[in-house]
Order: sequence, then structure tokens, then C-alpha cells
Amino acid sequence: MTFDAILDLLAGICLLLGAFLSVAAGVGLLRFPDALSRMHAATKPQILGLMFVVAAIALSARSWSTLLALIPVLIFQMLTAPISAHMVGRAAYRTGNFDKDTLIVDELESVIDRASRDDQPASDDGGARP
Amino acid sequence: MTILDVVFAVVGVLLTAAALMALYRIVRGPSLLDRMIASDMLLTTIILVVGAEMVYNSHARNVPMMLVLAAIAIFATVAVARYVSKQDRQEKPS
Repeated sequence: MTFDAILDLLAGICLLLGAFLSVAAGVGLLRFPDALSRMHAATKPQILGLMFVVAAIALSARSWSTLLALIPVLIFQMLTAPISAHMVGRAAYRTGNFDKDTLIVDELESVIDRASRDDQPASDDGGARP
Repeated sequence: MTILDVVFAVVGVLLTAAALMALYRIVRGPSLLDRMIASDMLLTTIILVVGAEMVYNSHARNVPMMLVLAAIAIFATVAVARYVSKQDRQEKPS
């Protein structure tokens, strides 16, 4: 078995792991009950799955220029994925799109209560506004 | 049929299944946020498919496409999330 064949096999294994993460996120999207837990499942392939696929491309292309072009893909995804997850989670909390019984602790509720008690009317978002 | 062909076939089946599950959640999702999460996940699956295709055909021409998709995936989600919060604030005045 040559070195090239080993690298190709490693790339295939990385692709398999990325696809497995993606399908796990799909199953979570189908089975989980509310928006917050669905978001938890759906964000798994966004970073780790993309890292596996980028590693697979780098292993199969085997050139420095491709690697240099692939790193910004990861950087952009790592910069933007937390922002969108934050916005969706905030909107899910504010619209009540989650099951309160499944929460162990809700630290945001007391903060919102305190802010809406000792503030002017237009502050029902409790400082959670970015 | 080598072992790599089997690997690529399995990868294709898994990614197709993930995209179909995200599509089901977009169609059926009870709330707007569920649909947005599912469409975000569908876009992630598309990025993964573009990358897997590059490995399968052993070229690197689609890297700019991955770059643009990864950079602009945020816009739709953020815009819709803002819209949902505003609508909620109008419904429940304090």
C-alpha cells in the first residue's frame, strides 16, 4: 500500500465522519421537541463536520495553495456560526419556543424580571439585546 | 469496486439522508425558527456536498464556492431571527 493510497483512505474516513455528523444532525432535527434542542443538534456539522470535509479535501488535493484557500472557509464559518446561533437562540427564548419543564435552570428569566421591574416600559428584553 | 468507491457511496447516501431530513423539517416545522434552523442545516449540508464532490473527482475548483457559502450563510438566519423577535415584542406589550 503506497503513501498516496493511505492518504486517500484517510480522506475517505474524514468524509465518512463528516457525513455521519450531518446525518446525526438530521436525526436530531427530526426527533428533538423544541427549537433550542433542534438548534443544538443542527450546529454539530457546522463546525466539526466542515472541519472533517476540509481535512478530506486537503488530504486528497495535497497542495499548499489548496490548503491556504481552505483555511478561510473554516475561519468564516467559525466567525459566523456563533452569531447566527446566538440570534436564533435569543429569538427562540423570547418567543417562548422551548419547553420550560425540560429546563434545569433558567438564569435569563430572573434577569429579565429584574430589568423590567426597575426600568422604564421599553425594556422588556432585560439587557439581553445585542 | 475498491473500498474507496464503497466509502463514497456511503457518504452520498448519508448526505442525501441528512438533506432530506432537513427538508422535511423545513416543510413541516411548527414554527418559523424551526424552519430557519433546518434551512441553515441544509446549507451546511450543501457545503459538505460541494466538498465531498471535490474529493471524489479530485479537483479543487469549487473552493471559492465553499468560501462564499460559508461567509453568507449567516445573513438569512440573522434577518429572520430579528423579524421573529420584533413580531413577538408587538404581540406582548409590557
